[in-house]
Amino acid sequence: MNEPVFWLDDKAIPFRDGQTVMTAVTAAGHYIPHLCHHPDLTPHGSCRLCIVQIDGRIRAACTTPAQANMKVTFDTTLLNQQRRQIVELLFAEGNHLCPSCEVSGNCQLQALAYDLGMTHSEFAPLYPQRETDGSHPDIFVDQDRCIFCELCTRSARELDQKNIFGISGRGSHTYLLAHSDSGKLGDTALTETDRAAHICPVGCLLPRNGNYQIPIGERLYDAQPIHIRGNHRPDDGEFTP
Amino acid sequence: MSETRYVIDPVTRVEGHGKVTLLVNDAGEVTQARLHIVEFRGFEKFIQGRPYWELPLVVQRLCGICPVSHHLAAAKAIDQIAGVTQLSAPALKLRRLMHFAQVLQSHALHFFHLASPDLLFGFQSPEQQRNIVAVIRQHPDIAIQGVRIRKFGQQIIEAISGKRIHGIAALPGSMNAALTLEKIQPFLQGIDTIIASCERTVALVQTLTEQDADFHLDFGYIESPFMGLVGPQGELELYDGNLRVIDSQGQILVDQFPCARYFDLIQEQVKPWSYMKFPFLIQRGTENGWYRVGPLARVNACTRIDTPKAEQARQAFRQHMGAPAHSPLLFHWTRMIEALHCAEAIKLLLEDPDIQSNDLQRSGVKQHTGIGVIEAPRGTLFHHYEIDDEDRVTRANLIVSTTSNNQAMNDTIRKVATQHLDGHSLTPELLNLVEVAIRAYDPCLSCATHAVGTMPLQLQLQTESGALLQQLQRNSDGTITA
Repeated sequence: MNEPVFWLDDKAIPFRDGQTVMTAVTAAGHYIPHLCHHPDLTPHGSCRLCIVQIDGRIRAACTTPAQANMKVTFDTTLLNQQRRQIVELLFAEGNHLCPSCEVSGNCQLQALAYDLGMTHSEFAPLYPQRETDGSHPDIFVDQDRCIFCELCTRSARELDQKNIFGISGRGSHTYLLAHSDSGKLGDTALTETDRAAHICPVGCLLPRNGNYQIPIGERLYDAQPIHIRGNHRPDDGEFTP
Repeated sequence: MSETRYVIDPVTRVEGHGKVTLLVNDAGEVTQARLHIVEFRGFEKFIQGRPYWELPLVVQRLCGICPVSHHLAAAKAIDQIAGVTQLSAPALKLRRLMHFAQVLQSHALHFFHLASPDLLFGFQSPEQQRNIVAVIRQHPDIAIQGVRIRKFGQQIIEAISGKRIHGIAALPGSMNAALTLEKIQPFLQGIDTIIASCERTVALVQTLTEQDADFHLDFGYIESPFMGLVGPQGELELYDGNLRVIDSQGQILVDQFPCARYFDLIQEQVKPWSYMKFPFLIQRGTENGWYRVGPLARVNACTRIDTPKAEQARQAFRQHMGAPAHSPLLFHWTRMIEALHCAEAIKLLLEDPDIQSNDLQRSGVKQHTGIGVIEAPRGTLFHHYEIDDEDRVTRANLIVSTTSNNQAMNDTIRKVATQHLDGHSLTPELLNLVEVAIRAYDPCLSCATHAVGTMPLQLQLQTESGALLQQLQRNSDGTITA
């Protein structure tokens, strides 16, 4: 019996029961831009970069179950423009200063900005001033780079079975919270080997050691764009410089 | 006696706007010159709170011409914070190679692109002629030589740091990659040509200086102490070493002064009319303690240069110009002696197998303070950082090279104005000469003071109360309007 398929633009995408549009498309070897999606975690649907159009409605590919013969519109000028604007908003909301950021070249946000053709942000930067946290012996926190994808929050809960992170505040005052009495990451149960310590797609949760060790030209996205390389980190086992 | 203020505004657009004010009394004597640096950059403030390992990457953005100097000065400081007192030999040699390449390319940029139009065509030649385009047209061999020297330096920087400008190389106690033989080979093949080009340039600047020796030696002549890093034997040292200060007569005032105690040697004075501070030798006080840094200071202060061709050039310079030499225009000659030294030193390092070694990392016990001092192309550069227990920068003090020459530039401008101000009339010629004087020090202002074409420049003659008496403006198309 043939596998059911749905249509991503003009491509037939086979899928199994339980797969989302995102997981089926990824399994078929195609790429849909995303930041909050991770194959090991429950879909979250918060970053909205994976927007597609289904039956005239904008949907998040990472939370939409695949259905037979469904027509998914992905690669249109309007959708690509909207994805780029979402990235621009993320840049405007945080302090993403790529020239000196140690994850430059390995950053998924930066890689998507390049991939989506972002040359500048149409939106005025907010220049947040949140506290940095260097209390943890292995992980440094620069909250001004947090994009609130909650990969750290969810991976701590779902993969490490720990309650380490949370998101607090509202609107532009939203911030990443460390669940400890002091509010410091150093006073939580996070360890260097936890998945949550190695899942941040940007430069918010930074390893304290090994910074800048990968030379320019050998970083994740120096040679290949993210739509070919996929969403990875140098320390996730998929990286071969 | 009343005074009149002459204002040149702006002098430049690089690293901020500069402006020059001349205070002239009723007798037409220039009593004071002030080079105002009116832009606030704030690096010392906004790096507070950042993790210390970011410093070499962040602070190199201070400059697009000599970012390697800031990168390495910060790296030397964070070595200390990481508890590393001695780098591995390969890491040290890679840093030195990168730094020599940086000084080489910066000196070539300044001499060929910025200074050579003045020297080749004459300081009073038409403004439309005094630019790099005219050099390319009329002296293509010299222009190409300059491009090749600079390109060579930039390519070495790129090979080590991944980019020609603002790359990544130095890590706390380490470098992030060694060089491969494949990368080194093209440089080995080209270095002898670069050395020969530098030798020819030293000869050229000597000839140009001696052709009009009276003007060169008299122009903006001031006397001052000089400061620079020297090695254990007093040799010229650009990456490491200790501080030496000589007085205006050439006598050694301070020798082998540890960089980590620089704050016992110099302090900075703040003046309300400029964002650039005024460093001074503590033992001589704020009025008399100013000094000069940069190529002229280093060549004056050192006992020798440890590469043969540059040492020969140094000796010839001292023989012809005296020791110490004081004339600001002699910065150009010494700048090219240093370029020759860098080219020779680069060759030695390229031939050293250590630069291919991956023995790059050293570690130690974390410290809370780091002080990195290096000789940038424009002079001694101080980076001083303090961090808290969470590795965040709590305090930073940066004394960049141009700052150390602040008072010297003011005095040189005053001298030039004294020599060339025609009564109470501001002239385009005087503007040009003020720029020539500033440019000799190769401050960060220099790029815009000699950009291709003409830069907008405004002179104002004001009374003490600020009332405008006369205005002269050079427009961007080269025309001058009242």
